[in-house]
Amino acid sequence: MRRKEKWIELVMMACSLVTVFTTIGIILILAIETIKFFSEVSIGEFLTDTQWTPLFSDKHFGILPLLCGTLLTTTIAILLAVPLGLVIAVYLNEYASPRFTALVKPVLEVLAAIPTVVYGFFALQFVTPLLQKIIPDLNGFNALSPGLVMGIMIIPYITSLSEDALRAVPRSLREASYGMGATRFQTAFRVMVPAASSGIIISVILAISRALGETMIVAIAAGQEPKLTFNPKESVETITTYIVQVSMGDIPQDSLEYKTIFAAGLTLFVFTFILNNISFFIRQRFQNKYE
Amino acid sequence: MKKRSLTGARLTDVLFKYIALSFTILALAVLVILLVDIFSKGLGRIHWDFFRNLPSRHAERSGIMTALAGMLSLLFFTILFALPVGIMAGVYLQEYGKRNRFAKFIEINIANLAGVPSVIYGILGLTFFVRILKLGNSLIAGAFTLSLLILPIIIVATREAIRAVPDSLREASYGMGATKWQTTSKIVFPSALGGILTGIILAISRAIGETAPLLVIGALVYVPFIPEGPGDQFTTLPIQIFNWTSRPQAAFIVNAAAGIIVLLLITFLLNSIAIYIRNKWYKKIKY
Repeated sequence: MRRKEKWIELVMMACSLVTVFTTIGIILILAIETIKFFSEVSIGEFLTDTQWTPLFSDKHFGILPLLCGTLLTTTIAILLAVPLGLVIAVYLNEYASPRFTALVKPVLEVLAAIPTVVYGFFALQFVTPLLQKIIPDLNGFNALSPGLVMGIMIIPYITSLSEDALRAVPRSLREASYGMGATRFQTAFRVMVPAASSGIIISVILAISRALGETMIVAIAAGQEPKLTFNPKESVETITTYIVQVSMGDIPQDSLEYKTIFAAGLTLFVFTFILNNISFFIRQRFQNKYE
Repeated sequence: MKKRSLTGARLTDVLFKYIALSFTILALAVLVILLVDIFSKGLGRIHWDFFRNLPSRHAERSGIMTALAGMLSLLFFTILFALPVGIMAGVYLQEYGKRNRFAKFIEINIANLAGVPSVIYGILGLTFFVRILKLGNSLIAGAFTLSLLILPIIIVATREAIRAVPDSLREASYGMGATKWQTTSKIVFPSALGGILTGIILAISRAIGETAPLLVIGALVYVPFIPEGPGDQFTTLPIQIFNWTSRPQAAFIVNAAAGIIVLLLITFLLNSIAIYIRNKWYKKIKY
């Protein structure tokens, strides 16, 4: 009896170790291939060259254009999603009737459940043509349209987590504010939002991390031209798009072109890794304030 | 009594109320527009042949049979791997894991994995399953990759469901002389099953929509046959949609929209089942 229990415990422990090996695997694979990559291309060129053309005959290996495309689409998404998501969260928490909130929240969460390839189609086939009517010189592939669509996609992440954080603020704080004669707006933005700030910040960080790593929307609608530009009307290529582009092509293993996806992947991983750890730290440090 | 006029703080309050309401409606409207746009573009192509036909150069004769078959086989193997491992890991971390540095490390680790972009899982799958284990761009390599991707979701859902089981149940079980495993398997696990099931269905729904990691491990965009075993090459519905979307001919765009309708119906169906189970379970078990 005891012996059997020990065995079961060991098997279960092995299962939880799978996640540890996954992390080690990801870091090792990215690191090893990137080190091989840097034996052929200098880190200086990787970080400062303003061109990324590993697939052309005149090869340049500067990550900046890809990074620029990634940050541009992410910035557009965040500029749309943070104000909208936060305002909706405050509205659902402070203004709307509980019935309205109970109805709207699950419907909004549908936005997060839609597969990203669907958003890519929507960005390319609906949003881009629509935007071209307003901005005539908008490129058929551009950063603006997938950025906006990505923003729509991450609204529920921000709304859901922020609304949870607002809901966790003790009633006494809100009632004290109303007791002082404050309006709902004053209560929301001077009492509730500051009190729920750690949860709200976490939601924004997770949304940024999600946007940085998003692949299909930008692969379909942003184009495949690595360009060092902050002009949202032009076509750009993100790190994620480049990885998909190379793996779909016929590139021999162990060639320098093949190794570029690991260097690009590691760059992306470092960004999301830092963001995820910041949000984890904030959660550990501040989240239990009111519990 | 003087009627309060709309000035200053009161005005801001009312203004914000309407702006916020319009933002909420805007977000919901985008969802409606997206659905209307896709259904109006693709609904005409949805008929029996669309499900029965193989992919073809002629858009009108193209179908999603191999994509659907590939997707279902991929899901079967993904669930086969991810389910037992995910549930056992979740149970272990919540019920057995001691509050020490190791447990804390695993917790940080899982939080991190949940935030790793799916395309990075693709790189992991390409290097480890496709190349090192020499599985090639097969169904089984795709299933392993997706398993690792949804593992954190299943583990977190399992842990949360188990955390919600009150200690009084465990103590009653121990009081009757049950061992740790008996308590876990006969008392704790059944009470948490609803929450675990909800998490699993949401994880499956996530796996169905994944495209990028499968493209990276080399899933094909054109597969004119149904996979017959775990070593066969495959395509899935999202990949087929991606392929049709990136073609210039308008007829393929119609196919893409029709494929999206099928994909969305499957996704919504799974999510509805998850919500139904969650609500039903919460009603049934009240501590």
